[in-house]
Amino acid sequence: MQSKDGRTLLEVRGLKATVAGVEILKGIDLTVRAGEVHAIMGPNGSGKSTLAKVLAGHPAYAATAGEVLFEGADLFALAPEERARAGLFLGFQYPVEVPGVTNASFLRLAYNTVQAARGKDELDPLEFDDFVREKMNLLDMDVAFLDRSVNEGFSGGEKKRNEVLQMAILEPRVAILDETDSGLDIDALRVVAGGVNKMRDPGRAIVLVTHYQRLLNYIEPDFVHVMAGGRIVRTGDKSLALELESRGYDWLLEGDKAAGKAVAA
Amino acid sequence: MKTEAGMKTEAGMKTEAKTYLASLLAAHPALPGGPAAWLARLRAAALERANALTVPTTRDEDWRFTDLSPLYKTAYERAAAPAAPDRAAIEQRFLPEAGGRLVFVDGHYSAELSTPQEGDAYVGTLAGALRRDSAQLEAHLARHVDFEADPFAAVNTAFLQDCAVVHVPGGRKVERPVQLLFVATQAERVAYPRVLAIVERGAELTLVEDYLSLTDAAYFVNGVTELAIAENASLAHVRVQRESDKAFHIASSVASLARDARYAAQSVSIGARISRLNHGIRQGGEGTDCLVDGLALIAGRQLADTHSFIDHAHPHGRSRQLHKCVVDGAGHAVFNGRILVRKGAQLTDSAQSSRNLLLTGRAHVDTKPQLEILADDVKCAHGATVGQLDPEHVFYLRSRGLSEVAARNLLTYAFAAEVVDRIPVASLRGWLEAQVVERTHAKEPGG
Repeated sequence: MQSKDGRTLLEVRGLKATVAGVEILKGIDLTVRAGEVHAIMGPNGSGKSTLAKVLAGHPAYAATAGEVLFEGADLFALAPEERARAGLFLGFQYPVEVPGVTNASFLRLAYNTVQAARGKDELDPLEFDDFVREKMNLLDMDVAFLDRSVNEGFSGGEKKRNEVLQMAILEPRVAILDETDSGLDIDALRVVAGGVNKMRDPGRAIVLVTHYQRLLNYIEPDFVHVMAGGRIVRTGDKSLALELESRGYDWLLEGDKAAGKAVAA
Repeated sequence: MKTEAGMKTEAGMKTEAKTYLASLLAAHPALPGGPAAWLARLRAAALERANALTVPTTRDEDWRFTDLSPLYKTAYERAAAPAAPDRAAIEQRFLPEAGGRLVFVDGHYSAELSTPQEGDAYVGTLAGALRRDSAQLEAHLARHVDFEADPFAAVNTAFLQDCAVVHVPGGRKVERPVQLLFVATQAERVAYPRVLAIVERGAELTLVEDYLSLTDAAYFVNGVTELAIAENASLAHVRVQRESDKAFHIASSVASLARDARYAAQSVSIGARISRLNHGIRQGGEGTDCLVDGLALIAGRQLADTHSFIDHAHPHGRSRQLHKCVVDGAGHAVFNGRILVRKGAQLTDSAQSSRNLLLTGRAHVDTKPQLEILADDVKCAHGATVGQLDPEHVFYLRSRGLSEVAARNLLTYAFAAEVVDRIPVASLRGWLEAQVVERTHAKEPGG
């Protein structure tokens, strides 16, 4: 493990959560410190995306047990927008299209809202234009994206780049990127990963929720967690991801099933 | 017993409806004898027709969702010209882009507030137009809107006096938009706005019809607009109805398109307790192209009804229609989009989309696409959606720091913006953008 400043940013303890009355998260414990990169992996339906959405405050997901502390304070006491202003960012697996609102005005509105909440200066359209162009350069994004409606008609890769751009603009404490690598070809993945790597900072933590080990060739994690059946069943370093790549998930799931049976018996 | 009660109700409705029209017509003044005998005959024919008709009730298929009984409760008198309209308040609504401008206050032409034009293009009153070319007016006035079966158009024609006339000669392009401003200032009065625009062969015009109010009171506006677009001519038509929230606004607007003519319309309904727009587009030759957009933005207990009729009668016609309703409070929007493709109208290309956003559980919309296709080689598509703001969209914006209210405002604005953005007059676009946010988030009247 590299040496970090070690301050705990996100502390998840015994978290259980339901969607439409069905329990998806069955007790998650996770500690994320400043400077760290965590990868959360696991097969479909293991609860990875649910964890990301519960943390961001999606109204369809209800936390039913446990607690989450964000920089020491109760995360669930905050509305989704308050979490964003406090420095929690969720990169969406399926970014929403907002026809009729230009990307430029959306980004500026989000930026200024968050800046105002943090007691920092807002930018007027001209200042923001300079600021956002610089960020777009990092992501190899065409400035023509500014004048297009938010995500409307964007390709999968363009939408994901737009998510990382939002992260770069909002400068969160903790960024959770939900399958930001899904649907990207290698070139796009390289660009997106490069953008994320530029956001690595001793004061910031990044949580990558991913289905594919491939992403971790470009963004090196400090920890790899494997989720199955709503729990984290294994935590290791980056070598765990490589092991998953060669062996698949089954050996872990079998262990999990056996554990489940043992508990049931 | 039940049947009898039902019959009584129907008889009662008929009587009320009949009495209402009679009371409107009783106020029929002795109009000044015009210089044209044909005009006097036209008015007389319309008066006779109005006397023979009854106003509609919800038993008429075309008025099923729009109950006019609150209108029929009072017979408004025709408004006299106001002594001194609030000039500053009216000038505030002047579009800076506009060239020619005609202002009608309570149905009466205001020479002080208007900027008529009499050069290449004519923008002025009926009286002036009659002096220029009476025969041309005769060929168009009441030739596009059919008052035979429409009591409101018949009454409007019977009362025809001050009419806005815009005439663009062949091959001319009117560079600046023409604004027609119809202002209501008096409570419990009725006005009969009338518009005739003639765009000659190959000419171009942008026409803005703007209905607004300087009173919060109830009144009645009964308007008729006729648009004649000649061969290969082009008309951009913006219609903004921003009457008082207690007003009644019933209007018919008909555009007749000759061969290769182009018509692009955006009709926006914001005001009125009950509004009804009958929007007709008649194809009179091959290769016409029309864009018929609508936006209703209502709240409280408002009802906004648009009945459109696009009549494809010749080959190679193209029509595009996007009608959007944003309904807040206990508002009620009605859209009936009839598209007729007649037997000879081969290779017609027509698409219609009705999209509706309900902001509350009490908001209501009735939407009905009505396609009648009698030709066999055509492309016609239509679709309708009714929904609330998507919670996933709201969450996405909140996750970027926007409050729930700000997120909902932005999404509502974005929904309406698709129509607003097509309006070719920048200052009007800006005003409407502000209205979208204000109207959909203002407190309900009395709520």
